Amino acid sequence: MTDTSSTSIVTVALLVALNLLMLSLLIGLVRAWIGPKIEDRYSAILLLGTGGVAILFILAILLPLAALYDVALVLALLAIVGTVALTRSEKSDD
Amino acid sequence: MIEIIALLAIFCGLFFFLSGSIGLLRLPDIFSRLHALAKADNVGLALVTLGIIMLEPDLFNDIKLVIIWLLVMAASAISSHLVARHALRENRDND
Repeated sequence: MTDTSSTSIVTVALLVALNLLMLSLLIGLVRAWIGPKIEDRYSAILLLGTGGVAILFILAILLPLAALYDVALVLALLAIVGTVALTRSEKSDD
Repeated sequence: MIEIIALLAIFCGLFFFLSGSIGLLRLPDIFSRLHALAKADNVGLALVTLGIIMLEPDLFNDIKLVIIWLLVMAASAISSHLVARHALRENRDND
């Protein structure tokens, strides 16, 4: 009895945490939209990568699906690859 | 008991995530925005990872979580450096 109630409390708290993380990513997307220079958009992309990793961690506990840790690993790798490619290509143009 | 500590760590990390994204929205220039972003990246994800490690029963997945967190720390440092240097070089070119 106590076990099921504590489990449901953890589930509800993790769902609230998931929604707050989505709110945080939404605020980051506003910066990516209005950012006056391209560096502001880069930094918003960095926030999206990290927040996506945190969302995948929480989903891996909630579902539960351990394969989502590997998805988080790939997402963390792709965020840095994207930033490096964008800054480097900008540099090699001039 | 350990679930309550884990949830406490996750919500502390969410506080850092939210303040980091609000700082990204409201701070005036790119360098201070990168400063706010570093808080969300390092401390926020560290606390969320700590809470998830307490909730996750499998030891192999715990080790994998720590490895992903170290990778995100290194990636955040490197990409902040790249973005800041790019912005600095552009400022110098405009002057």
